[in-house]
Amino acid sequence: MPENLFKINAKEYILPGTRACQGCGLSLAYRYALKALRENTIVTLPASCLCVLHGIYPSTPVMIPCLNNSFASTAASASGLVAGLQAMNRSDITVMAIAGDGGTFDMGIQALSGAAERGTDFIYVCYDNEGYMNTGTQRSSATPLGALTTTTPIATKQQHKKDFIKIMEAHDIAYLATASPSYPIDLYDKFVKAKKIRGTRYIHLYIPCPPGWAYPPKDTVKMGRLAVETGIAPLFEIENGRFRFTGRSKSMAERGNRLPVINYLEKQGRFRRMNIEQLHQTQRWVDGKWQEYLRRAQE
Amino acid sequence: MNDVQIMTGNSAAAIGAKLSAVQVVAAYPITPQSQLAEILSQYIEGGELRAEYVRVEGEHTALTVCISASTVGARVFTATSANGLLYMHEQLHWAAGSRLPIVMCCVNRGVGAPWTIFNDQQDSLAQRDTGWIQIYCRNNQEILDTVIQAYRIAEAVYVPVMVCYDGFVLSHTMMPVAVPAAARVREFLPPYQPHTILSPEDPRNLNPVLFPWRRENSAGVLCDGYMEMRYKLQAALEKTPAVIQETNRDFASVFGRDHGGLFWEYLTEDAEFYLVGLGSMASEATKAADMLRQEGIRAGTVGVRVFRPFPAQALREAFQKARGIVIFEKGISYGYEGPLCSDLKAALYRAERQAPIHNYIAGLGGRDVKARELADAARASWQAMEKGIHEQPTSWLNCFTG
Repeated sequence: MPENLFKINAKEYILPGTRACQGCGLSLAYRYALKALRENTIVTLPASCLCVLHGIYPSTPVMIPCLNNSFASTAASASGLVAGLQAMNRSDITVMAIAGDGGTFDMGIQALSGAAERGTDFIYVCYDNEGYMNTGTQRSSATPLGALTTTTPIATKQQHKKDFIKIMEAHDIAYLATASPSYPIDLYDKFVKAKKIRGTRYIHLYIPCPPGWAYPPKDTVKMGRLAVETGIAPLFEIENGRFRFTGRSKSMAERGNRLPVINYLEKQGRFRRMNIEQLHQTQRWVDGKWQEYLRRAQE
Repeated sequence: MNDVQIMTGNSAAAIGAKLSAVQVVAAYPITPQSQLAEILSQYIEGGELRAEYVRVEGEHTALTVCISASTVGARVFTATSANGLLYMHEQLHWAAGSRLPIVMCCVNRGVGAPWTIFNDQQDSLAQRDTGWIQIYCRNNQEILDTVIQAYRIAEAVYVPVMVCYDGFVLSHTMMPVAVPAAARVREFLPPYQPHTILSPEDPRNLNPVLFPWRRENSAGVLCDGYMEMRYKLQAALEKTPAVIQETNRDFASVFGRDHGGLFWEYLTEDAEFYLVGLGSMASEATKAADMLRQEGIRAGTVGVRVFRPFPAQALREAFQKARGIVIFEKGISYGYEGPLCSDLKAALYRAERQAPIHNYIAGLGGRDVKARELADAARASWQAMEKGIHEQPTSWLNCFTG
């Protein structure tokens, strides 16, 4: 839809020369997120792939002010920024905390839960690439069943990923959304909306990772699309408790044309040891979640 | 005009923070600090203090909130004890590494396991190497005054300050404290003017990844590497003793109270035998010195206020005439000796006269330390020293050692 493309802020906040890997899904998503949030924003982030993307001192390709913090403290750091800005009468600035799945599902969960419970006025973004990719693809609680990682190198991961969105929803926050870099307009719209809402907002980015998932860097956009089209990464938003499918997931829900998960799994080297039982389990797990979302969309 | 009130050490610290016009407070309750967090909540909710209070879910977050709020230009305060301080450990390094003028009260308490809620100084002593300035207080007046001084010091050298005082012994003990007028404190401590703040008007990427070597920026200017930044923290701490002394002098001239700057002395003009300690331990040692004086031993006391940066040179001068030193400590570097003892021995390494030093570990986990017990231990050491026994193993005072 051309008119949608034209509405996207033309200004770039990430200059060429990031230190992200070739085909990084995060760099694509981050670019659109910053375009949506614009200049009056402060970002805080932990040790992570994004920290690497931001470059090596004394140069950075990112033109938005940024505070790096320790691994467990992304949302805590945002709480401090919000309190400090309030004290300095600068409450017009949007604070975005952004961390990977390791820094969110695992180590950062306490600080995030605390900040969300306090209703801290900030946007928290989890970029979920399903593992500790910055340290070399170790297992996290976001890694899917049947995936090889460097700490599940033979037997594959034996558990489904944690349903983190449910955990965040249980905090009764103002706005919650999922997005994918393969659908940049949907992603952009959600950040524009989140910027306007007050209170704690949570955006879950589903980020394909070529080295971690073992697929060719040119296929990042395709991998993100397949994740959405198989229902593994549905696109939706929850505003004041109301669930709504968006973009591609919305049309899938209407037409019922969801692809089988095998179409997605077979294209990634990390699933090469997945057995048939794990494949069926994954399909049933995704089916169950999809049905739950369908029910909620009809409420 | 001074307004004298009877109050606990925790109240004194809270009033100190209020008078310092802190803008963001983040604290998590832990005995014996809790009352301090409660009083500050009361001030802020009651409108007596215009500040943001972030009711955090843990100490790691408490200090992170202070770090980030300080980064955008706010004057910040936190307080903790024992395991809470240990839980902050990662962020203690982060705060000092970020060169932020954060002030924290550490209400000293022994650390688990096993649990104790009672006083010793193992918690803050174990944080010696995090890059923070550490000041130990001996009474409630000194707590209030030191919190105010701490902001002046921290904001002058861009190093965070830990104001340490003994749990229960001071935190929960009522003492008369003169409360200075807010207007005079404002004159002594003007609002914080940071040299850098993170803002959209001046975008920066703070605390990024560094390579081991120095590197040019886009304008071709060679910028610091990690090691240069670490050196600058050390250099700032090396100039801090002078800043502390100057702050102490200014404070004394404005408010009429001199807490001693780097350390304080008691009956040392003609002393040849010194009893040394940190915080309330040193206060108790003054009574022990009195007892020894009555027996004809020329004893005096040195209370070390500033443990980091360690005032080695000033202490070397103070102990010039010493013929014997005993150090009483509420903490130990396990496997060696009391940390103050090690540091003082090192400071005296180049002294003309090498006074014998005996070290006593005392009062761990709140075990009572009586002046009489300090006097007995000191007397025994003095008699041994007179007989030429310069070395003795670290002794555990008032402790069953089999």
